[in-house]
Amino acid sequence: MHNSTIINITNLVKRFPIGGGQFTALDDINLTFEKGEFTGVIGPSGSGKTTLLNIIGSLDTPSEGDAIVLGQSIAQLSQKQAANLRNHNLGFIFQTYNLLPVYSTFENVEYPLLLLKMPVNERKKAVMEALDWVGLTDKTNSKPAQLSGGECQRVAIARAMVKHPKIVLADEPTANLDAENSHHILQTMENLNQELQTTFIFSTHDDKVIKYLRRQIKLDDGKVASDNLIEEGVVQ
Amino acid sequence: MIKFLIKGLLRDSHRSRFPIIIVSLGVFLTVLVQCWLTGILGDMIDFNARFSTGHVKVMSRAYAENIDQLPNDLALMGIDSVLTELKTQYPGMVWARRIQFGGLIDIPDEQGETRSQGPAFGMAVDLLTDKSEIERLNIEMAIVRGQIPTNKKELLLSDVFAQKLEVVPGQQVTILSSTMYGSMAMHNFTLAGTVEFGVAAMDRGAVIIDISDAQEMLDMPDTAGEILGFFGDGKYDDLRAKALATGFNQVNINNPDEFAPTMRRLREQNDLDSMMQYVESMKGVALTVFILAMSLVLWNAGLLGGLRRYTEIGIRLAMGEHKGRVYRSMIYESVFVGFSGWILGSIIGLAAAYVLQEKGFDLSEQMKNTSMMLPAVYRANVTQSAYFVGLIPGLFSTVLGTLLSGIGIYKRQTASLFKELEA
Ligand SMILES: Nc1ncnc2c1ncn2[C@@H]1O[C@H](COP(=O)(O)OP(=O)(O)O)[C@@H](O)[C@H]1O
Ligand SMILES: [Mg+2]
Repeated sequence: MHNSTIINITNLVKRFPIGGGQFTALDDINLTFEKGEFTGVIGPSGSGKTTLLNIIGSLDTPSEGDAIVLGQSIAQLSQKQAANLRNHNLGFIFQTYNLLPVYSTFENVEYPLLLLKMPVNERKKAVMEALDWVGLTDKTNSKPAQLSGGECQRVAIARAMVKHPKIVLADEPTANLDAENSHHILQTMENLNQELQTTFIFSTHDDKVIKYLRRQIKLDDGKVASDNLIEEGVVQ
Repeated sequence: MIKFLIKGLLRDSHRSRFPIIIVSLGVFLTVLVQCWLTGILGDMIDFNARFSTGHVKVMSRAYAENIDQLPNDLALMGIDSVLTELKTQYPGMVWARRIQFGGLIDIPDEQGETRSQGPAFGMAVDLLTDKSEIERLNIEMAIVRGQIPTNKKELLLSDVFAQKLEVVPGQQVTILSSTMYGSMAMHNFTLAGTVEFGVAAMDRGAVIIDISDAQEMLDMPDTAGEILGFFGDGKYDDLRAKALATGFNQVNINNPDEFAPTMRRLREQNDLDSMMQYVESMKGVALTVFILAMSLVLWNAGLLGGLRRYTEIGIRLAMGEHKGRVYRSMIYESVFVGFSGWILGSIIGLAAAYVLQEKGFDLSEQMKNTSMMLPAVYRANVTQSAYFVGLIPGLFSTVLGTLLSGIGIYKRQTASLFKELEA
């Protein structure tokens, strides 16, 4: 089991300066994640979910402790090393989709591969494959403004998945979606998780998401309140 | 990748079209103001040179000292030999004799009694032997009624003055003045035509006669108050003029004769030095203020452009693009925007300035009452510096604005770029 640990968080503390003092957003977090997990960080707004995901995603740095992600210490990464880690191994999905508005569906998905300097033919194939996963091969030329919220989030999933990252971090991916679209994208992600062995870590307080999770980590006030593995097929 | 970024830039009008328009506008205004101010200063110099000072002027020392009093008693004698000498010594220059005089214009009725009368400012130039002075003073264009004198004993009056005196071309005009030796001079002329130069000081009461008539009337054979010298290319160059005058005056430096010829350059005459210094410093101040203001506006545009793009930058960083690369691509973009804006603004600005250079801007209504020798029609002047003056507000400020706003990318944690999106 432990030889497939891909994230190891030890004594992680994150403080933000506010006013004159400091606010502790994450307080002594200890967690490990294995390859192929489909896990949710659950908690009310302000409990520290985004902060935790940002640190795992090397978008932010710990105040104390560390997170070892794919063998790399987030606390010690340089800007460039962090960028390379994200580029090669991490996919992000955001609540607000965060597509680049001036680019088409195809181009938004293509962008991470451009950063990886993938040759053009290979790139086109990979983009079309990713769009096929999310069922959007008929919208390659549409701009984000011409797509529905559900479609935008599917583009975002394709963009996160196209480079076959080891880990996908999805911060409240369904918060702006209706039930049908929420289920659709979760099913898509579940399939990709099975097919590609990609590790998914969600942050959410959405019941629709929670019932898909195979592991639930509850955060409360920056602390881990509980950490439960859910038996296959058991829905809470 | 570069193609990808260029595509994005061109598609996003907030990043390309709008900033380029703003930059062009700033550059356009800067270029126009620069050409305009240069034109005004240049026109002032040119106008003074033609009508009054030459690029350099040769006079007797005593005349030069008392020039405000039109002291023809101190005029330069043996003018023909002086002129010949000047011509051989400075073959690139053009020289012209002038006599200025004060007097009274008297219009007689049929009985020879005074019908009307008025004080006049007299200018004697060569009207008859060749056309160079007529061209220099632009008399052909200035004619309102009648024609340019073709014979001796014919004169020109300013049109306003002629109307006041109720005299029309063809009628008799008497000039009352005093000779070089102080005795009364009274000569009859025929009014050939009336003129309007668009210069308040000239148009109020000028009389123009041929130099040979003036020499006879004022008892000044082979004598003239002034010899005006002009550079062959027609452009005043203060350094050249200074060198010329210094060289000329060197010869007589130890000569105590107060009637020895002396040369003064344009800037040394008519208080033009302080005037030009004033205008030049005004031009400097105006241009600096203007460029600073434009820079501030464009800098802000650059800054806002950068801030507006935190979303995009956050996404790109999250996808794993390096900060340095994102920053560089922003700077390349601003160089593109600044450069395009500079080119576009300069083209429009120079075109507009060129139109103003050719057509001018008539201010004669506003300048009715000035007695200064100022031209009434202002033209822009497109100089070399006009091609580059827009670089500062255009390229420099835009790029600087982006450089500064882009520092935010480095200063902030990547995560906080997203916080800004969520807010
Ligand atoms: N950059 C920051 N500066 C100050 N406080 C912050 C910052 N980021 C997050 N916080 C605070 O940390 C706490 C946890 O935030 P977050 O991780 O976004 O919570 P969640 O995603 O669970 O809603 C919140 O109280 C939030 O106000
Ligand atoms: Mg959050």
